[in-house]
Amino acid sequence: MDTLVRAFSAPAFRELGYWLFRYRRTWRGSIVISVVNPLLFLAALGLGLGTLVDRDGGAYLRGDSYLEFLLPGLLVAAVMQTTFLEAAGPVMQGVLARGNYRAAASTPLSPADILHGHLMYWTLRAVMNATLFTLVSMLFGAVEASRIPLLVPVAVLVAVAFATPAAAWSVTMTRPSQINSMFRFAILPLYMFSGTFFPIEQLPSWLWPVAWATPLWHGVDLGRTVALGTATPLGTLAHLGYLVAMAVAGLLLARRNYRRRLHV
Amino acid sequence: MAADAPAALIEASSLTKVYERGGGRAGFTAVDGIDFQVRRGEAFGLLGANGAGKSSTMRMIACVSPLTGGGLRVLGHDSVTDGPAIRARLGVVPQDDTIDGELTVRENLLIYGRYFGLSWKVLRERSTRLLEFTRLSDKAGDSVSTLSGGMRRRLTIARALINEPEIVLLDEPTTGLDPQARHLLWERLFQLKEDGVTLLLTTHYMDEAEQLCDRLVVMDAGRIVAEGAPAELIARHTSREVLELRFDRLERQTMTDRCRGLVEHMEELPDRLLLSTDDGEETLGAVHRRGVRPVTALVRRSSLEDVFLKLTGRSLLD
Repeated sequence: MDTLVRAFSAPAFRELGYWLFRYRRTWRGSIVISVVNPLLFLAALGLGLGTLVDRDGGAYLRGDSYLEFLLPGLLVAAVMQTTFLEAAGPVMQGVLARGNYRAAASTPLSPADILHGHLMYWTLRAVMNATLFTLVSMLFGAVEASRIPLLVPVAVLVAVAFATPAAAWSVTMTRPSQINSMFRFAILPLYMFSGTFFPIEQLPSWLWPVAWATPLWHGVDLGRTVALGTATPLGTLAHLGYLVAMAVAGLLLARRNYRRRLHV
Repeated sequence: MAADAPAALIEASSLTKVYERGGGRAGFTAVDGIDFQVRRGEAFGLLGANGAGKSSTMRMIACVSPLTGGGLRVLGHDSVTDGPAIRARLGVVPQDDTIDGELTVRENLLIYGRYFGLSWKVLRERSTRLLEFTRLSDKAGDSVSTLSGGMRRRLTIARALINEPEIVLLDEPTTGLDPQARHLLWERLFQLKEDGVTLLLTTHYMDEAEQLCDRLVVMDAGRIVAEGAPAELIARHTSREVLELRFDRLERQTMTDRCRGLVEHMEELPDRLLLSTDDGEETLGAVHRRGVRPVTALVRRSSLEDVFLKLTGRSLLD
């Protein structure tokens, strides 16, 4: 409870204010990316590849089009990627000798305030990205409008679940190459093998447990079952539990690492 | 000074900082149980070579570094429990400036001020005044990347003043600046002092310490080896004058040996020989009478540099 109260105390909002102030310079570009990104993916994969899939693979899709199958996974994975990039790089830069975190740490803000403020920013950005993404998808007929109010929170939950561990890890890093490696060797494989583009049942059965263990699969499956109306209470609970646990564990770890790095 | 104000704005007692090292090795003791007090309105200096513990001390006072031992009170608060309250009333000028390169000069002041919970209205008024004070008004709308080193440092100082702090902490404020930029900075800092702001600065420049500090401590290997006003320290620890001799490389050892015993204290540096004396000209005469032929000979007044050499056995700029 104390943590919750502190997270929403005024100092954390000052850090949020800082990132929003900086965002004023880049918001136009970021909105274009948020709209163009789904446009390209949905056009290429949904319409292009989807036509092939729908012709031969109807059995797997249980009557839905490939586009409808793809959209939730694509949304969750895209929001996760953007969040990782917005969390990892700026956190590492922030904590270096000339970074914003150093400046903020010399004001009344505590390391936890800085973390909470930045986390609010990532969350806000995830809401924006997920909303724009689903609105564009709606125009493609890839998602029913009535599912959007459920789908957006799922994407935001996944974003937060990735943001806190990413911040906890990045705050201890010192070189951009470390962030790039993480993106290349962890985030991209997750993207490919978490059921974003195809049901994991298409993989050899011994690989299924690996996919079940990955956080993105839980996010993708949660989003897909919600969007296609196939959610089961137990499955939904398991997915939610996994993602919430990951977000909380990441937050606790990040709080410890922020304190250690900023109050040396 | 208000009657109920504490006598000292900063009080350190047995202040200790040990940095843990991994792998079960013994920690590194950066600050080794130091005591000092800083009074309201004075300019107080921490003087020492790199690695003497100045910056660690500074970071503890800024409440961004937990103490390993001892006690520290700043502005009447305990630094361990009241970090945010103390930081709200400090101005910090770090060695590596943390100016935001994505923002303009004025925006840097505004957004930093927001961290102190100040309103935009107050900040607009203060930023105008502080840019004037630091002679940056012409640059207000410019990108920070167009600023020279001296301007960046002045912007950092303007930013540190945005919350109207009672104490300003300056870590090596003029390191890396050209002489003209340094003098302008000193002049501004002197003005701040006149306005009643308490200054605490670290430096390894003797002239800076002599120019700016009312009182200072000399630090070496995490300890305080001397404390007092610059003139007082010079009077207490050195003679009135110093004779500096430089020799031809080949003759240096012979010539140095010939000078032994001439004065009570003699300092052998790699490039020169320093003889402490009350009358430099007379000592120079005595040197000549011993058949010593220096390449150059200079008589000067003793400085803090000599105090430092005498107390620590090494040069500040090593």
